[in-house]
Amino acid sequence: MAQDSEAEATESRRGWMGLLARAAPEALAARVEALDPPLPEAEWLRVPQTGGVMVRGQMGGTGAPFNLGEMTVTRCALRLTDGTVGHAYVQGRDRAHARTAALVDALMQGERAAELRSAVLDPLDAAETAAHRDRAAKAAATRVDFFTMARGED
Amino acid sequence: MYVAVKGGERAIDNAHGWLAEERRGDRDVAELSVAQIREQMALAVNRVMAEGSLYDPDLAALAIKQARGDLIEAIFLIRAYRTTLPRIGASRPVDTGAMRCDRRISATFKDAPGGQVLGPTFDYTHRLLDFLLEAGAEVPEAETDEADMVPKPRITEYLGRDGLIEAEADSDAEPPDMTRAPMAYPADRALRLQALTRGDEGFVLGMAYSTQRGYGRNHPFVGELRIGAVPVEMEVPELGFAIEIGEVVLTECESVNQFAGSKTEPAQFTRGYGLVFGQTERKAISMALCDRALRWEELGEENVGAPAQDAEFVLSHADNIQATGFLEHIKLPHYVDFQSELELVRKLRREAGAADAHAEAAE
Repeated sequence: MAQDSEAEATESRRGWMGLLARAAPEALAARVEALDPPLPEAEWLRVPQTGGVMVRGQMGGTGAPFNLGEMTVTRCALRLTDGTVGHAYVQGRDRAHARTAALVDALMQGERAAELRSAVLDPLDAAETAAHRDRAAKAAATRVDFFTMARGED
Repeated sequence: MYVAVKGGERAIDNAHGWLAEERRGDRDVAELSVAQIREQMALAVNRVMAEGSLYDPDLAALAIKQARGDLIEAIFLIRAYRTTLPRIGASRPVDTGAMRCDRRISATFKDAPGGQVLGPTFDYTHRLLDFLLEAGAEVPEAETDEADMVPKPRITEYLGRDGLIEAEADSDAEPPDMTRAPMAYPADRALRLQALTRGDEGFVLGMAYSTQRGYGRNHPFVGELRIGAVPVEMEVPELGFAIEIGEVVLTECESVNQFAGSKTEPAQFTRGYGLVFGQTERKAISMALCDRALRWEELGEENVGAPAQDAEFVLSHADNIQATGFLEHIKLPHYVDFQSELELVRKLRREAGAADAHAEAAE
């Protein structure tokens, strides 16, 4: 049981960390600005650092890996006054984005989790899903419906 | 002899100042923002990301602005910036099967499961200049249909089920990285694919075209072409698990090629593979054709001496930054080198003149 709940907690954290990494910095900033009380102070464990992550592909899409090229990523780690540690790895070069993501990550492990879920994560998730759906709807409209005009044997 | 010469600082400073002014162009015309380039010159941005080998649309757009639209110069700027970035790590191999496809077509199966989805393509346009764009006409919203959020199955999977196409060998091997170690030949397929995906689009296109025209012909079909976003996941040691660190738009091309079979393999189709950052389908198709041509040895095919079969030739000339660096350096001052050549030519002429005079005198 303990293992199951730990696995669930990891899965849940993977979910929000991914969402925070993909979120547009402005959208995330707008959501956390509305928080009351605001985001807490924290001490740095690792100040925001921008670097490259080598993205890998696979031969034929399923085979052996190869190096495709890098993407920019900014990471940081911080500790709240209650000792909770928050981590962030976010796409791009925005240090404020990484700091906010790490603060949300830390808060999601404590008492304010439900509040952050509804005020920050759920809206970001909904916006992301809506954006994906919009694109998929446009793609669907470009799907070819073949029809036979005339057959040669008549 | 080495002669250090100083001077030219003022000329260089003024040249760069004028460059900045020319970059801005007519001040009565509104200045381009980086966001405008990123959004409205997206395919140029994609090319700069692919060949700069760094996925960051804002940086690529800035590089295009700074380079006045010279894409190779922009790629140079991105490559230079890339070298300043500490390497945080490497991602897990991306799963292109889970791609949210904007476009997905197959030239081999009309009724491909998942459908032929054209996406925002130039195909079937008439290539007539659209003067409405010049007039700045409003662009209507694109049509929509019921969204299908299910990932598209791979076309090669269908051929693979019947064993009609070679199986792609799985591996966990750490792939070689040409940005960390110098290129070494013979180059394995992982290294070749890395060099091709960041190679110059024009060069890779030219090599691919040469195979179609008969220089190492390998009869390709575009089994599948897909463009869309995929998440990028990375193992984070301090967390002890993998997280998504963002997502990238990729273009993937799987070519399906004829293969007559060998002593050990039955007749089946073989594969060429292209995977490139951004919406870059000309490059991805070219990459797949080049990849397939370079696989002649592992597939037991004959080396007919075609340029596209020569890995060293293809890979060492595919990089436009290496190429432009070496090519363009010859315009920089070579006064001393040239002076010595000039001396040599004069000396040879003097000697030849002396010999002629000697011969005349002897006659």
